[in-house]
Amino acid sequence: MPVRVETFDSLDAAASALRSTRSARFFGGGTLLMRAANHGDQSFDTLIRARDPSFRHIRSESEGVSIGAGVTMKEIIAHRDLSFLIPAAQAVGGPAVRNMATVGGNLYANSPYGDLAVALLVLGARIEFVGQGGRGVEIEEFMRDRDRHQGSIVRAVVVPRPRDPSSFRFVKVSRVKPKGISLLTIATYLPQSGGRIRGARVAYGAMGPRPLRATAVERLLDGQYLDSATIERAAAAACDGIEPRTDSLASSWYRREVVGIHLKRLLTGDRR
Amino acid sequence: MARKPLQFQLNGRHQAVFTDDGQNLLDLLRRGVGDLTPKYGCGQGTCGTCTVLIDGEPHLSCLTLAETVDGRQITTTAGLAEGAELHPLQTAFMDNFAAQCGYCTPGMLLAAKALLDRNPSPTREEVVEAISGNICRCTGYEPIINAILDAAGRRNQRRYG
Repeated sequence: MPVRVETFDSLDAAASALRSTRSARFFGGGTLLMRAANHGDQSFDTLIRARDPSFRHIRSESEGVSIGAGVTMKEIIAHRDLSFLIPAAQAVGGPAVRNMATVGGNLYANSPYGDLAVALLVLGARIEFVGQGGRGVEIEEFMRDRDRHQGSIVRAVVVPRPRDPSSFRFVKVSRVKPKGISLLTIATYLPQSGGRIRGARVAYGAMGPRPLRATAVERLLDGQYLDSATIERAAAAACDGIEPRTDSLASSWYRREVVGIHLKRLLTGDRR
Repeated sequence: MARKPLQFQLNGRHQAVFTDDGQNLLDLLRRGVGDLTPKYGCGQGTCGTCTVLIDGEPHLSCLTLAETVDGRQITTTAGLAEGAELHPLQTAFMDNFAAQCGYCTPGMLLAAKALLDRNPSPTREEVVEAISGNICRCTGYEPIINAILDAAGRRNQRRYG
C-alpha cells in the first residue's frame, strides 16, 4: 500500500497532524518505519516528518544532557558531552545505520533492538514530549506503557551524567563479531559512596519485549561492596522475576542460562 | 498519489526527478534514475548492499525516504571509476579476489570509500568496523579487508584520491 508523507517545519504542527490523522506514524531516521513499509506493513498509511532544528539539539543542562529526539547515534558518538554514551550508541548497527537511527526511534524499537534505550533506562533518563509542558515522564514509566505514547512525539531525552563515568557499564552480547543483533544487552549503573554501592540500577535489553530493570539484582547489589561474593550472588539472581523471550536468535531457556554469566563478566570487568 | 519534484547531485551530476510519495531512495535510484549499482538485498537494513554515500556518509538507501535527499550529494558505485580508470578500491578488490558472487560488492566499496576518505591509513580493526554493517556470504571477509588495506596503501603511495 502506498504511503503518504507529510513534512512540517515545526514539531508542534507535526504533533497536531499526528493527532488528527488516522493511521499515521511519526518518521525519524527511517530505520524502523521504512523497514516496515518495505515489508508491506499495513498498520500505517501516512508518515509525518518535521524539519524543526530544535529536534536535533544536544545541550548541557543542570540536570544532565538534553538530546533532541532526532539526534543520530553518529552525532552522539561525536559529541564531547556524551562520551559516556559512546559504548551504547556504538553498539547500534553498522556505520550506515548509526548515520540514520535516532534517539527517539530507539525508544520505540522492539526487542531485540533498542540498545541505546537500555543505557538510557539505567541512567534514569527523562522523556519530554512535543506540546506537553512539565517534566515529561521518567523513562521507566515510558517503557512500562510505551503504546500509550504512540500518538505523541518525543521532543528530547534528558540524560543525567554519571557522577563517576566508571560507574556505568554496558555490554551487548551477540553471536556475530564485531557486530550483530543483540542476544541480550546489559547496562549497569553502580555509583559508590564509601566503597559501597548506593542506588544500584541494572537494565537488560532483548530479555523482554522492551528494555527492563533487573530489580532483584539491584536489591542484592545495593549497599554492598562490589566484591566477588556480591557479584556471585547478583549473577545467581540475574534472571529472578524475569521471563526472557524466545526469538530466532536464542530461546528463553538459553537467555536464562547465560544472562548471569554475562552479568558477572560485566561486573568483574572481564572483556572477553 | 502525489509525486514530488526532487533535485540532487548523483555522482557529481545534477538530477531533477519526481519521487512517488513514500518511495525509498534505492527504488528511486534504480527505477527512477536508472543507476543499477546499488542493490536490493534485505530491505530491512541488515545486509548493507544498498549502501550509498549521502554527503560523503554511508546510508542505507532502502531505508532512506527519497524526498529527504533533496539538495544533497549522492555517491554510488557508478561514480567510483573515472572513465576507463577504475577507482583504487575497485582495482584492489579485483587484485585481492574480494568479490566472489559480487552482490555485496557495491555496498562494501562505498563503506570502504567513506572510511578511506575520512581516514586514509586505517588499522585492520577500523576496516572491520567500517564494513560491520555489510554482509558477505562468500568470501569470509578476509579478502575484502585485505583489499581495503591494500587500496589505502596504494592511495597513500600515489597520493591519489
